[in-house]
Amino acid sequence: MYYDPFVLPFTLGLLLLLGYLLVKYGTWFWQLDAQDKKKIRYRLLTRRTLIALREIVAEGLIHRKIFKVNPRLGYMHMSLAFGWFLLIVVGAIEAHIFVKGSAPLYFPIFFRYFVPDQHHFFFSWGFAQLMDLLLLFVLSGLFMAFAKRFNAKTVGLKKTTKLKVVDKFVLTALWLIFPLRLLAESLTSGYHNSGGFLTGSLGAVFQYLFPTEPFIYPAWWAYSLSLGVFFVGLPFTRYMHIPTEMVLIFFRNWGLKLKVNNPVLKAVEIYSCPKCGICIDTCQLNELQNTTKSQSVYFIQRVRNAENYRELAENCLLCGRCESVCPVGIDLTALRLMHKTDFSENKKDQFAFVSERTNTADVIYFAGCMTHLTPTIKNSMEQIFKQAGENYWFMDKEQGACCGRPLKLAGQFQAASELVSLNRNMILQSGAHTLVTSCPICYKIFKEDYRLPLRVLHHSEYINELLVSKKIQVKKSTISVVYHDPCELGRGAAVYQAPRNALQFASNVIENGSSGQNSLCCGGSLANQSLSENNKQNIAHTTVHKLTDNNPELIATACPMCKKTLGAVSAVKVVDIAELVAKQMIVKPVHQKQKAVSVAEFA
Amino acid sequence: MWGYKIITTNQIDYDKNNRAIRNKILALEPSLRICIACGACTATCTAGNLTPFNIRRMNVLLQRGEYDDLKSELGKCMLCGKCTLVCPRGVNLRNLILKTRETLLNDECHVL
Ligand code: SF4
Ligand code: SF4
Ligand code: SF4
Ligand code: SF4
Repeated sequence: MYYDPFVLPFTLGLLLLLGYLLVKYGTWFWQLDAQDKKKIRYRLLTRRTLIALREIVAEGLIHRKIFKVNPRLGYMHMSLAFGWFLLIVVGAIEAHIFVKGSAPLYFPIFFRYFVPDQHHFFFSWGFAQLMDLLLLFVLSGLFMAFAKRFNAKTVGLKKTTKLKVVDKFVLTALWLIFPLRLLAESLTSGYHNSGGFLTGSLGAVFQYLFPTEPFIYPAWWAYSLSLGVFFVGLPFTRYMHIPTEMVLIFFRNWGLKLKVNNPVLKAVEIYSCPKCGICIDTCQLNELQNTTKSQSVYFIQRVRNAENYRELAENCLLCGRCESVCPVGIDLTALRLMHKTDFSENKKDQFAFVSERTNTADVIYFAGCMTHLTPTIKNSMEQIFKQAGENYWFMDKEQGACCGRPLKLAGQFQAASELVSLNRNMILQSGAHTLVTSCPICYKIFKEDYRLPLRVLHHSEYINELLVSKKIQVKKSTISVVYHDPCELGRGAAVYQAPRNALQFASNVIENGSSGQNSLCCGGSLANQSLSENNKQNIAHTTVHKLTDNNPELIATACPMCKKTLGAVSAVKVVDIAELVAKQMIVKPVHQKQKAVSVAEFA
Repeated sequence: MWGYKIITTNQIDYDKNNRAIRNKILALEPSLRICIACGACTATCTAGNLTPFNIRRMNVLLQRGEYDDLKSELGKCMLCGKCTLVCPRGVNLRNLILKTRETLLNDECHVL
């Protein structure tokens, strides 16, 4: 029987951790609503589970996405996670071959102590080399993590995260695990003249310098203690992300979604953040002076520590830039929005004064509140509708209500749903087959919350369709245009190509580094309640500066808000796609012909 | 008879008005201090276009510390943000409305 009291800290720590996780995840599962449980039941034995497993290997162990964003940081995470994983697996195989059967939980971990002289079993030499190689792999990542603490630039980050006291304590334990393992194994190998290329040589050096024997036993104790402390402390630190990320991957693949009223998915997402800090550098609030640090990683940290997160919830553009780079794929914007409801009154029945009006038509045009502040856009749209011969109803021409998304962005989901149902009724009664809107904010809520049995198009998509089907035609000009992706339309609703196509018909589109998924926020965001006018303009300035990198003659966008915000600070003219197209549109001489006929009739 | 009537005296009564609440709200959203009461916000207001609701008047009432109308009236705002976008002074009206609603809801002391 291989046993020594020093295995206890490790074994007890591990058992405590497993017990804690069992209770915690059990509670989460129990708290899921019936619908989600049903989803899991039906999908547990399907391909989705296999896909989830593959994703766990790719993301949880190899950290493919971090690699893509930042190779050095990716290597650091991979060597720690995947290296450790391989150490456990290869160690278990080695132990299994040695005892020719099952061994206690701790045996593979402390194998070198119990079997110091390993020349006597199958492939023992190979195992010794392999295990040393893996240990070296982990240690290299550890070295990078260590350097990152002192200088974030080592791994290619501008800023890194700050730590809590308990984090520091557990982090120290984690950092000690592998150096202690190296020490314990080297001392043992030195004394027994065994070991692989790393522990063997280091052990020989030790043995040459001093008698290693008295240090072997304490070193193994220290190794076991560092493991035990790490396991016990894990649930109270960011390392909770290691097991939780797996739960998240399963839940996501089974189709579970964030819900306002259910705490489970919110908690799973919050606990899945490893505080990698990738979201910090990408956030435009970074450039501003005197605002709270409210990047996603800080927000998540506050929520997790049950500290006041109100200010952070409100000071965010919900631009989604962080979400698009988050390697864990946390729904950062939805998550933050849902936490906004914690602070907002949710009054119902406030909009009894909105009277329902309706009109029959094939196509509904909903300009959106903001579009009424940029009348050129709505006028251009009317010209386009007329030219295309569309039977349309301008729903909010006069006396229109708001779409509801601004209320939602302020966390007032109840009040928003009231406007949604009011507008929805009007839309349904019209019998239209298509709804066109000029505002990406409206577009998003129409798509997400209205559950409309008709086509919902942003005007850029609609115009593109008209151009492709030649229902309208434009004269192509040589003017060079850079397209600014509005947050709500691009990252928010994944409409990237249609606006570019439409623009290409009428002009010469040039791209720059900050377009598509990478596009910048104009700063005008309705989601950020606390940003001052000045700071909004600062953001707009930077955005215009980046957009005009390649000296375009025009900036085109597809959002009235972006147009206003960027236009206020830009030296280059900012126009909406609808304007540009309407201006270049070849007006068919329909009316002239009619006139000629009528004149002839009079003669 | 003439379509006119004598207007009631509109005296600002600081013995009655509790400006502490106003100060609290202004601490949360100080930008109201630079409002010049131009009325651009009211002119563009989505809710004001549908029902008698005057956001500039709300600002004035708030400044004076007259909250009676405010509480019921501000519920009509749809938070669309047009007022904030048109304000020539850069008053963050949207946040002001949110903070006022909330403060009045939590602070019942103005019933004094
Ligand atoms: S939110 Fe995403 S990007 Fe930010 S620290 Fe967490 S895992 Fe990293
Ligand atoms: S959503 Fe935008 S503003 Fe908010 S934290 Fe992410 S990057 Fe920053
Ligand atoms: S638009 Fe601005 S300055 Fe004018 S009344 Fe409204 S808040 Fe005051
Ligand atoms: S946010 Fe409210 S007060 Fe401002 S314009 Fe919209 S409805 Fe009117």
